[in-house]
Amino acid sequence: MSGPILGLEKVRVTYDGIQVLEVTSLDIQEGVTLAVIGPNGAGKSTLLRLLGLLERPTEGRVLFRGQPVPPWGKLLPFRRRMASVFQEPLLLDGTVEENVSLGLRLRHADPAEASRRVQEGMATLGIGHLARRRTRTLSGGEAQRVSLARALVLDPEVLLLDEPFAALDPPTREGLLSDLKTVLSKTRITTIFVTHDRDEALALGDQVAVMIGGRILQVDVPERVFASPVSEQVARFVGVETILPGYVRFVGDGLSTVEVAGWTLDVAAPLTAGERVLICLRPEEITLFPSGVLPAPSSARNRLHGKVIHHLPAGPIYRVTIDCGLPVVAAVTRQSWEQLGLADGAEVVVSFKATAPHVIRRA
Amino acid sequence: MELIWHGTKQAAQLLFRGDPEVLRITLLSLQVSGAATLLSLLVGIPLGTVLALTRFPGRSIAISLVNTGMGLPPVVVGLFVSIFLWRSGPLGFLGLLYTPTAIVIAQLVIAAPIVTGLTLAAVQQLNPRLRVQLVGLGASQPQVVWLLLKEARLPLLAAVMAGFGGVISEIGASMMVGGNIYRQTRVLTTATVLETSRGNFDMAIALSLLLMLLTFAVNWTLTWVQQRGRTP
Repeated sequence: MSGPILGLEKVRVTYDGIQVLEVTSLDIQEGVTLAVIGPNGAGKSTLLRLLGLLERPTEGRVLFRGQPVPPWGKLLPFRRRMASVFQEPLLLDGTVEENVSLGLRLRHADPAEASRRVQEGMATLGIGHLARRRTRTLSGGEAQRVSLARALVLDPEVLLLDEPFAALDPPTREGLLSDLKTVLSKTRITTIFVTHDRDEALALGDQVAVMIGGRILQVDVPERVFASPVSEQVARFVGVETILPGYVRFVGDGLSTVEVAGWTLDVAAPLTAGERVLICLRPEEITLFPSGVLPAPSSARNRLHGKVIHHLPAGPIYRVTIDCGLPVVAAVTRQSWEQLGLADGAEVVVSFKATAPHVIRRA
Repeated sequence: MELIWHGTKQAAQLLFRGDPEVLRITLLSLQVSGAATLLSLLVGIPLGTVLALTRFPGRSIAISLVNTGMGLPPVVVGLFVSIFLWRSGPLGFLGLLYTPTAIVIAQLVIAAPIVTGLTLAAVQQLNPRLRVQLVGLGASQPQVVWLLLKEARLPLLAAVMAGFGGVISEIGASMMVGGNIYRQTRVLTTATVLETSRGNFDMAIALSLLLMLLTFAVNWTLTWVQQRGRTP
């Protein structure tokens, strides 16, 4: 790693006077895969187009290796150091080989060298056998592999991926995701990968940027973004389903007492008495057992009584919503659900450890 | 029926004998309409591409004008080109009226909006994101335009066919600016009108058969080029 390869400085983008993006500062380090996640319409693709020099910011500067990029119209030499892949494969009519070699031909690369790289690129993405096939006859997954190969053979300094797996079925997506992960960890190409899928971001990103409402709210390693979101919006997007507002009553030795909707919770976080906080709980951190049943001894210090409002099957588990004065969401295996004899309307006890919650301080 | 049968028989004889007058008329038609079509491509493809790929004030008015131009009556074109080329007209000094060049000019005015309008449609039917993708792969502006036109080659060939079909079959403009002069500006359509008015149905049928054959041959060639390598 040798300093930021790409950066944004006080950048704003407006369409017809409406602001769609505002980034005060963003640095992308060389060799890093940055996954940009956020809901639809968050401005992720606009961010990618800015970084790929495919769109001009209304205000602010784009930096390439620390230097502002030249004015629009003189960007070709910079664009030729990057390559983009979009959600649609956007292949030209012709053979797979012709498409994979397109960028090299645009750069007037040496034909022998180009041919070697094309063969290598097709082999890497497992499409060597499709070389002579016309692109019209390819499946969605094959076409996207061609699109990725077309970008990778350019050996770009920056690879820009805009939801490249969004249109693929799950098995195809998983196969391609795993191949791309191998390629990226081998080549260490700086990659900016836009997705709305948290799992894809976790699988591919060295760093994750969460973008909501045109702003980047958090940039960090994936573990921290998912475990310690900086705001309620980020928490909701990264899968925290229970967010309880409360205030800190006492602070003891490493343990704080937080009052939430009439309940008193023990939270292992260094807080200040009197401050207002949000207690974030992931569904998998919560244990449920029926009211009246003596639970097995455990280190779960917090117990709230409530009533099951409803449950939703999600694969092998149920997402169970419990009313404890505020809604709490827990994940329970189907097996546990049946063994514990749970049902909608049942009285239950919600329990979790003092170390389970992530605490966000409120202004 | 007898008239048609007799006329067709005589027309076949005229064709197989290689009548020099018929040959001359056919060649002139092909030259004039071929030149007009080629020139209309030089005007229409760049113009249609610019209209499709750029945004500027007055663009929608320009597109409406092109679309209107696609249905321009040849007689109206003939009238205005005649006025311009008339001895006392603005371009009268060129002395072009009643020459094959005058017909080429008139046919160019007819074909150019057709080619422009169909080029515009051909480029617009491409995925708008393709352009961004090409730029994102390092294509320069001329490379982007070239690749987009190549990608739109099928509908572009349809534009060529429509342009050629429009001018080879028109009569009003050719008659007005060419004058249907024997051995000079007589083309298939004007000659057919003349021979029909004289009652020379054999000649008229031969000429119209040639007209249809020519149109078919040109369109068949273009269709073959267009559909080459395509599977249904």
